[in-house]
Amino acid sequence: MLTAVIVLSVLAGIFGLLLGYAAVRFKVEGDPLVEKVDKLLPQTQCGQCGFPGCRPYATAIVNEEADINQCPPGGEATIHALADLLNRDPKPLNPENGEEQGKTVVYIDEENCIGCTLCIQACPVDAILGAAKQMHTVIESECTGCDLCIPPCPVECIHIKPIQQHWNTWAWPAPQISEATKTNNLLESASHD
Amino acid sequence: MIKQLFKFIGGVHIPQYKDISCNTTIQQAPIASQLVLPLSQHIGSPSVPIVHIGDHVLKGQTIAIAEDYVSVNLHAPTSGQIIAIEPRAIPHPSGLPAQCIVLQSDGKDQWRERKPIAEDYRQLDPSKVRNLIREAGIVGLGGAGFPSFIKMNPGPSGHIDTLILNAAECEPFITCDDRLLQERADEVIQGLFILRYALQAKHCVIAVEDNKAKAITALNKALETVDQSCIQVTAIPTIYPAGGEKQLIHTITGRQVPSHGLPIHIGVVVQNVATAAAIYAAIFRDEPLISRIVTLTGDVSRPTNYEVLLGTSMQSLIEQSDDSPQNKIKRIIMGGPMMGFAMHSSDIPIIKTCNCVIVDKGLTAELKQHGYTMPCIRCGQCADVCPAELLPQQLYWYTKSAQWQLSQDYQLFDCIECGCCDYVCPSYIPLVQYYRYAKAQIWEQERETEKSDHARERHEFRLERIEREKKEREERHRQKKAALGKKDTDPKGEKTKPDPKKAAIIAAMERVKQKKAQQNIQAKNTDNLTVAQKKQIEEADARRKKVNDEDSSS
Ligand code: SF4
Ligand code: SF4
Ligand code: SF4
Repeated sequence: MLTAVIVLSVLAGIFGLLLGYAAVRFKVEGDPLVEKVDKLLPQTQCGQCGFPGCRPYATAIVNEEADINQCPPGGEATIHALADLLNRDPKPLNPENGEEQGKTVVYIDEENCIGCTLCIQACPVDAILGAAKQMHTVIESECTGCDLCIPPCPVECIHIKPIQQHWNTWAWPAPQISEATKTNNLLESASHD
Repeated sequence: MIKQLFKFIGGVHIPQYKDISCNTTIQQAPIASQLVLPLSQHIGSPSVPIVHIGDHVLKGQTIAIAEDYVSVNLHAPTSGQIIAIEPRAIPHPSGLPAQCIVLQSDGKDQWRERKPIAEDYRQLDPSKVRNLIREAGIVGLGGAGFPSFIKMNPGPSGHIDTLILNAAECEPFITCDDRLLQERADEVIQGLFILRYALQAKHCVIAVEDNKAKAITALNKALETVDQSCIQVTAIPTIYPAGGEKQLIHTITGRQVPSHGLPIHIGVVVQNVATAAAIYAAIFRDEPLISRIVTLTGDVSRPTNYEVLLGTSMQSLIEQSDDSPQNKIKRIIMGGPMMGFAMHSSDIPIIKTCNCVIVDKGLTAELKQHGYTMPCIRCGQCADVCPAELLPQQLYWYTKSAQWQLSQDYQLFDCIECGCCDYVCPSYIPLVQYYRYAKAQIWEQERETEKSDHARERHEFRLERIEREKKEREERHRQKKAALGKKDTDPKGEKTKPDPKKAAIIAAMERVKQKKAQQNIQAKNTDNLTVAQKKQIEEADARRKKVNDEDSSS
């Protein structure tokens, strides 16, 4: 009996220490929920949500300081995903934040670029290459299409263009179907169960 | 040896429409003046051009090479000049252009030098044989276009017990494999021997649907002349999709390929008969894959099978067979009516995976499209015929409501897009279109996630860099301040500005002081000196003093 008590208490002690150590050693940095919310945001870093980037918006959502319908680039899909994760009701995109649009990137009209580096400083993902007084270029594959580089450009040489469709990333569209119409009575009655 | 066949679940019996094209011999299509060769005619990464515009090439010369593992070489189908390397229309459901090499034929059709190794392949290491097949640009000719050399590798276990040659050709309209067997069964069998050698397979089965009696006879006849101890020709029941890889394996061996597994995991490899014939041509005639047999059928005047050089446009093929080619063509379908897709124009090249071209002018009932759909009545017929044993109507509902996770839980990716569910659905719901859409959406989302993860990484990196630069600036600032720590405040307690110039002057003065202090140290060897020595020292000191004075006055 005594041995059992001793063995168990020793074991309990060991596991307690182990758990304590693990808690310190494998401490999760940051708030895991913010992390999860951030993962669902498109990482455009455009600020249309009213926050200085996706992560600040994620933090605000978790702290209930912002609603889940403020991200225009993410659009409906992101709102649904957020609603799922946070167990809230999905709602339409807040028009104050903007409209959901097709994906775009920007390009620099290289003839007019004066090499002022202002756009480089604005780009949240370092997608622009260039040095002072030299022509700048946008690395298309890195550009998120946030358009933040457009307003700082003093010569207005940055323009938006839609992302080019490529045959091997092309996606089958949703089927275009016309449900049974009134032209055929028989079919119509069938369609009404 | 196979004694008993197994029946897979599902499948449909559909009108065959094979008689239209299977009663004439294979015709040689004329060499078109221009051949358009897409760099991506197979699954995997596109081949990379090694020719330039203006180059003259010979028939069979390599014009693009495989740079990645899953890829194959591409060859000039005839001799001529490369006139362009640019995006052109390709047979793809998107209708979007892709990079192609354009060859202007010179009409001579002149071969490069050929050195067939023929029977000697048995002296080569199997890996060498595989490499030859890769260099010959051979891919699965049944329609999928997977590089064949990969499926000729028995894998680490090295144990392949059954090699199946797929001649089921279960889709309606298509007869190219049937004709091939009727006319060139011996080549197919030689190709099978090469495959068997590379894979070291125990048994070989040539599976033919039992409605192709002539092909079976031809095969058996060709087998009489060779050692046939390990080869068996098996007639399998005609039911669509008997030629589906997983379905065929089940029919022959009774074994199921696991959901995310490959046939090789259960010791089986399936290759198409046309692929075997191409392998024969590569080894015995040193001819790379530059042509293939294509069934041209549907609403044309003379439906038949053509041996066509890759890159020949469908339009020119149709002109060969039809007396009124441009007449009200509604659709051109590449592949069969069940799994094929419509072309966006007729000026599209024949590629390695193109086994059949169906011209639809609205005359063939089976090709009619229903202009409408009705709601799903949950009749369950689709589930009965699904050969992948899925629940098509569930997948349909989940796709309609964009519940991608649920559709994946219901094994959307096991769907082989055979179209059986579509075919039986009394409500004419284009189910396969929904699954293609759903798969595309899921892939799209994966790409999006990847992209946004990448953007996040770059953004965080940038923030970190800005933070680090700020810290570094502060650090430099702090260090300078520390260096000037003592002089930083003058006696009145007022902070003097740490001026780098001043600091440099102070540092220089410090050095001079130190130097002087050193010079003031008395030498230890100055005791007990003679008068002459003392005099010398005095003179030296005087000289030194003079120099020092000049030094400090400057
Ligand atoms: S609007 Fe969306 S994409 Fe833009 S910063 Fe906010 S969360 Fe990110
Ligand atoms: S290049 Fe311009 S639009 Fe593109 S990510 Fe950078 S700032 Fe945004
Ligand atoms: S066959 Fe068509 S109507 Fe019947 S359950 Fe399937 S999808 Fe619904």
